[in-house]
Amino acid sequence: MQKAENLKEYRGELKEALDNDFLRTTLDNFAVSYRAGRANAFKDIDTKALIGEIASIKDKAAANLDDLYEEFKRNAEAAGVHVHYARDAEDANRIICEIAKATRSRKIVKSKSMTAEETLLNHALEDENLEVVETDLGEWIIQLRHEGPSHMVMPAIHLSRYQVKDLFTDVTGKKQEPDIEKLVKVARRELRQKYIEADMGITGANFAIAETGTIGLVTNEGNARLVSTLPRVHVALMGLDKLLPDMHSALTILKALPRNATGQALTSYVTWITGENECLAASDGKKEIHYVVLDNGRSELARDPLFSQVLRCVRCGACANVCPVYRLVGGHKMGHIYIGAIGLILTYFFHGKDKAKNLVQNCINCEACKDICAGGIDLPGIIKEIHTRIQDEEGHPLPSLLLGKVLKNRKLFHTLLRSAKWAQKPMAGDDGFIRHLPMVFARDHGFKALPTIAEKPFRDKWPDLRPDVANPKLSVALFSGCVQDFVYPEQMEACVKLLEGHDVNMEFPMEQSCCGLPVMMMGEKKAARDVAVQNMRAFQSGAYDYIVTMCASCASHLKHNYLKLVKGNPRLESLAMDFSSRVIDFSSFAHDVLKLDPSEFRVTGTRATYHAPCHLCRGLDVHDAPRELIRTAGLEYRECDEEEVCCGFGGTFSMKFPELSAELLRKKLDNVEATGADVLLTDCPGCVMQLRGGLKARGSSIKVRHVAEAMADNRK
Amino acid sequence: MTTQQSLCQKFMEKAELVAATVAEVADMDAAVDYAVNLCGEKEACQLQVSGCTEPLSDGAEALCDTKQKKVLAAPGLDKVVYDRLAAQCAENGFECIGSGMREYLAGIDIGFTVADHGIAETGTLVLNSSGEELRLATMVSEYHVCVLPKSRIRDTSFEVESLLTEDMKKAPNYTAFITGPSRTADIERVLALGVHGPLQLHILLLED
Repeated sequence: MQKAENLKEYRGELKEALDNDFLRTTLDNFAVSYRAGRANAFKDIDTKALIGEIASIKDKAAANLDDLYEEFKRNAEAAGVHVHYARDAEDANRIICEIAKATRSRKIVKSKSMTAEETLLNHALEDENLEVVETDLGEWIIQLRHEGPSHMVMPAIHLSRYQVKDLFTDVTGKKQEPDIEKLVKVARRELRQKYIEADMGITGANFAIAETGTIGLVTNEGNARLVSTLPRVHVALMGLDKLLPDMHSALTILKALPRNATGQALTSYVTWITGENECLAASDGKKEIHYVVLDNGRSELARDPLFSQVLRCVRCGACANVCPVYRLVGGHKMGHIYIGAIGLILTYFFHGKDKAKNLVQNCINCEACKDICAGGIDLPGIIKEIHTRIQDEEGHPLPSLLLGKVLKNRKLFHTLLRSAKWAQKPMAGDDGFIRHLPMVFARDHGFKALPTIAEKPFRDKWPDLRPDVANPKLSVALFSGCVQDFVYPEQMEACVKLLEGHDVNMEFPMEQSCCGLPVMMMGEKKAARDVAVQNMRAFQSGAYDYIVTMCASCASHLKHNYLKLVKGNPRLESLAMDFSSRVIDFSSFAHDVLKLDPSEFRVTGTRATYHAPCHLCRGLDVHDAPRELIRTAGLEYRECDEEEVCCGFGGTFSMKFPELSAELLRKKLDNVEATGADVLLTDCPGCVMQLRGGLKARGSSIKVRHVAEAMADNRK
Repeated sequence: MTTQQSLCQKFMEKAELVAATVAEVADMDAAVDYAVNLCGEKEACQLQVSGCTEPLSDGAEALCDTKQKKVLAAPGLDKVVYDRLAAQCAENGFECIGSGMREYLAGIDIGFTVADHGIAETGTLVLNSSGEELRLATMVSEYHVCVLPKSRIRDTSFEVESLLTEDMKKAPNYTAFITGPSRTADIERVLALGVHGPLQLHILLLED
């Protein structure tokens, strides 16, 4: 649950979570084993095609919610089920309390339902003096602790066997041992009597099938079967987003849901319930069944062109499983009731902007969640949209407003960068790092050394560097981004050196500026759009075959976001399509287009490991090219553990949440050091800044360089 | 290998991956023998490591005390097969029941059922358990023994889709996909079998 009033309080909560060693170890182990388990579960499946299919099924359902609801209701009622529409959480809880009253139910057993968590149903039932017992083991544990879930699939993942032992000792009144298998059996036997005593069973539903009025329940423990069988009344609470036209849609989703959730091909139980089933505890031998279908903003979401894709979520929880921030702080700090990336989003829509305003800033934009989402939801993109929307409603904070204003004016921005070179003089060391951080940064940012602004930006060097090519086969434009232009111009120079002799004509359009990603990350969408238009215009006149960029974040932003930013303006849209189609990252260009050959390089055998920038491996789906280039250039490539996990930079994220950034960096560098490499290579100046700064602060001798620099060094 | 043989093979592999025990039986007699043997070999009220020894609250203890004899339940079974099962149970001193499951909610030793279909891709049993007795037998049993005629095995869930839809149009219907025994990983992500449902699942592939 989110209680933080402001970002400062929220940061305080995050720090507390960081100090929880049990949580950290558990989530670390989970992150690693989940990745392997999921890969194994999907190994014979065309994952992208399946995700595409699910996205299309869910999109169609969302566009058709009213009709599907009517069909579902008609068929369920024909089979003897009572169907209720609940406008919001309060309405749903009221309906269920009334059913309890009408059926004279006193005792209730529940199986796991995130929708019931959303409406805080248990509180409402308890206020009516009803006894409610959760029967899913994890849910029962957190119910006994009076907490919310910290994971959608494993609600008690934050707790140890010792904490569970203490709880079970309390509840049984007998001393229990911290032995997991025994504790599970204690729960089995304790809860069995609860099913027997219960008058009413409450479940959720994973699927609501319109064609037959059927609900589908996906579980591992088997508790949902007992909950829907033993008591004489069954209430199923489900969101409108669970509606599907037919069995085929449900079976398609079922192919991905357990695989994505837990790496299982299928859960132990999938239960399909249609109509008033036999119930020998009821006087007429038939179970009384009620379906409560909850709207709570879903039909409004369905009508929103941008946000409707949120309804594709099948609640597999995978976005948390791969989130590097969730891995650090756990679900109680990475959500309100729903957790993980989708949790940040749903919190805004279901629980309001006050609960969401701090949470939505805690996305590092590494795209790990987008990459594995079963519904192909652009989770980081939507989180940014919500961030923007909240700022539009509540007022933009001064720093982001200022950056937005500055970036819109390239000349002003570049003048400021140039003058920063003079401003930093008193603090600059002679090794390219700032010697002393200004006091405002000193306390939280000491985990890495920050670079100095270069003596001469790349744009000023370009006139002397630009090679004359007599018979060019290709014409490329270089896009530097601000970091390579003003901080690391040597990376750009390395690129120029590598391209020389390959009959490539190079241009550096001077009107280019920052790609705009930093302001986008700060929720300044309008500024991001203006910068995008400036950049596209700067490259408009040349007939370039490619626009090469050595910054993975710039490349991914130019390629994927520019079109989205100018949506609605046909002229700019066509400009953006043309621009984006020519953007290519350095590694793909050198490997796939230039096809650089080992014969061009000396073999030094330097031991090199690699860090895959988020926006290269996931943002652009480039995996092999940089690693092969390392070998091509005569270096010995040593694979690093968790090579494709974020380094913790995330642009402005590292300024906002330095503690989290430091932890992500610490893990990354531990893995890097374990490879025994002499040099760490990567494809993004932001990552270089983070990694180099971190190794410097550690006093490590490992050098950090852009792949292009290492290659240029070895060029014969 | 015929297609059916390779489907059986695949079914076996996938079911074993999720901790089910799979055996082949020549006929229903052999299936009955298997269930009776298993009932004889297993300990009474076998809640694995904890047995009956973990101290519980008074109410839960009282419920457990209601179970005094080994019980085998086989609701919905063909009469000839049921009679044979009942006779063997009587010989071995087990109680055999075909109905009245609600009197045995503390747990029974073995639930004996016949599946409608198998799904090879995931090692899944499809059981139309619209009858409450049958449903409970597959839930409150410590071991679930399920006979699956080999001819009923399909490759993927999509091949039973139209059959499922037809069944559901004839409501009421309660159909279960069962894949391995009941499981949880809710405490420290450590896998434990038999939370609320069976601790073991035995699938008997029947020649037919």
